[in-house]
Amino acid sequence: MSDCHGCSVATATLPPPPITATKQRLVAIIGPPNSGKSTLFNRLTGLRQKVANFPGVTVEHRMGRAKLDSGREVFVVDLPGVYSLNPRTEDERVTHDVLLGEMKGLPQPEAILLILDSTNLSRHLVLAAPVLSLGLPTLVILNMADDLARRGGGANVQELSEQLGAPVALVSAAKGEGLEKVFQFLDGATAIAHRKAPLMELPVIQDIPKCRAWAAKVGHQSKYRAPAPPVWTRRLDALFLHPVGGPAVFVLLVIAVFQTIFSAGKPLQDLLQPAIDASGKWVGSWIGNQSLHSLVVDGIWSGVGNVIGFLPQILLLSLFIGILEDSGYLARAALISDRTMARFGLQGKSFIPLLSAYACAVPAIMATRTIENKRDRIATILIAPFMTCSARLPVYTLVIAAFIPRRPLLGSFLGMQAAAMLGLYVLGFLAALATARLLKSTILRSSRSSFMLEMPPYRWPTVTSLGLRLLDRSKVFLGRAGTVILAVAIVIWGLTFLPPSHGDIGGSYAGRIGHAIEPAIHPLGFNWKIGIGLITSLAARETIVSTLGTIYGVEGEGGEHSPTLQQALHQDLSPGGAFALLVFFAFAMQCMSTVAVVRRETGGWKWPAAQFAYMTGLAYMCAFLANRLLASWG
Amino acid sequence: MPQGFESTETEVYFRMEMQTAFRKRAGTKQNQAARNLMELRRGEQGVLDRIDLPEDDARRLMELGFLPGHTVIPAHSAPGGDPRVFRVDGTEIALRRETARKLILRLE
Repeated sequence: MSDCHGCSVATATLPPPPITATKQRLVAIIGPPNSGKSTLFNRLTGLRQKVANFPGVTVEHRMGRAKLDSGREVFVVDLPGVYSLNPRTEDERVTHDVLLGEMKGLPQPEAILLILDSTNLSRHLVLAAPVLSLGLPTLVILNMADDLARRGGGANVQELSEQLGAPVALVSAAKGEGLEKVFQFLDGATAIAHRKAPLMELPVIQDIPKCRAWAAKVGHQSKYRAPAPPVWTRRLDALFLHPVGGPAVFVLLVIAVFQTIFSAGKPLQDLLQPAIDASGKWVGSWIGNQSLHSLVVDGIWSGVGNVIGFLPQILLLSLFIGILEDSGYLARAALISDRTMARFGLQGKSFIPLLSAYACAVPAIMATRTIENKRDRIATILIAPFMTCSARLPVYTLVIAAFIPRRPLLGSFLGMQAAAMLGLYVLGFLAALATARLLKSTILRSSRSSFMLEMPPYRWPTVTSLGLRLLDRSKVFLGRAGTVILAVAIVIWGLTFLPPSHGDIGGSYAGRIGHAIEPAIHPLGFNWKIGIGLITSLAARETIVSTLGTIYGVEGEGGEHSPTLQQALHQDLSPGGAFALLVFFAFAMQCMSTVAVVRRETGGWKWPAAQFAYMTGLAYMCAFLANRLLASWG
Repeated sequence: MPQGFESTETEVYFRMEMQTAFRKRAGTKQNQAARNLMELRRGEQGVLDRIDLPEDDARRLMELGFLPGHTVIPAHSAPGGDPRVFRVDGTEIALRRETARKLILRLE
């Protein structure tokens, strides 16, 4: 078995031969869920990558570049976490295809970084058998070395390397310890192309009991000492999974998150908004031409600026979701919620995509790939856009601030505005559950599927991983503000400014469009200005804020003073109309990115078209009822 | 009244005895009463014998560590006792009640 190990270990330390060609060199990171692949990927590439302490959150493979000491660069691809290479689930298929060079647009990797959790080595070694038998140069990385040592375990790298016939490195990706071995391997292995790995005495790969027995033998012969059980995880689970305390903590956490977003996010926004306004005025002061001045200040700056002001709240929400995911609490949340989800025909695994949908439906829909049951997966995709995504926040915040007084409701813990916001979150959640129930008892009926979920040990979220996550959210959000919203802002400005009508927006193209659709939206309590906003928000929800900013900004110019958007909206919209607007945004599918990703994930236009019609129809009906309800009340 | 009470009690006892007897007899047919994971109480432990599930589910469970011969220890559960967490092969896996029932333990 260990005849050839010498040559393999030598690969890692060979001096890099001269580079013959500058063609793309690819290295793949593979490992079971929760082995720390994404953390290692971040360490190697420094690029963003979603890291979560939860089995199966990384679904799409991600690319990055690692800079080596020799000055060269290699491409690194981070693959979904898998327990085996049998292509059964979509995750496993992606991993399988990339490793065998069957993935479209990706060359076969020249080397593999196999990352395993050293605190659970005997079980994780099972994956080593099929990976090593691929014959590619492979570095076996034993991650969580710090955890292993602290809990009194130990692994003999030299012995294990001899047993496996492949180089082995003991690292802690979270702390950045032992990574120099990984870089050395990348330098050596990537320089030797088309090298055959040594033949090994491997078990029948399809037979799991035999693979496990082989792993146990390897672990035993390499004198692996398993660590003591994680004491703190058991203590925390005694609280978080307590029959009474567990659900209580769960509910309190959710409320605390929303209260913080609203009470801490608003002051941050109030700090940011004046800076945006001032910069707009400053830029405007340099522009002489009146039309150009209007385009830049009223069109672009107020349009895009109004949306950027919501960045702090979106980042706060992403931060909380990140902490819950990285700490390992989310798996417990899935466990606690499984029975409730089962009542609506779903399962605990749907909980994670649905919770991510609070940030954005697009990654949430991609995260449904971990749900093995096809019907459960489609149902989760179809209801995910009902969850209150961060793009709805700007609209909710604006309307709530304009119509709901800032008064305490439950002492200092819950204010009226925060309660209204929480209510809208609950509304979306209920619509999602009701729709799930409807789907699962009709067109997507299936027997209760099996639910198997690994409970990872609790871990401290690292600042790096949270930071990368926030950076990523900001990039996506500002990217959209810089493209879709900027384009819409310019078009809207053009429509409101042309033909020149001396401040009378009713005579502009936008005014005419708004007036044309007014009969359709009048029953909801909306006027033609909201109508323009609704049309532009079909591209992306938050666009309505910039559109209204432009419309009221333009109109304000004609009058003696330019009122703030909140005040303008308060004067222009009835309470019933405001309520209807909130309800409409809670239900309608106004997001082109979501439509596109649903089409891609379901493989056709059938589901996204049905979803769009259903959500928008429901939104119209419920907004109508909401308006009537409040109008009849007083 | 007290007599009536007594009679119901005996009846209940009788029925319970019937049930145990029935279970025992049913058990002897397939090598005595084989228990499943759901019947494990906190503080107990058992050794897995087989998985009575279709191959796909059985493979997934085996990948997670539920292999014949491995010791399984019940741990926490969600409110209402479903799903339940089991300690197996150095990790903790949550299973729904109906899945756990199909994991049959070896006889002691």
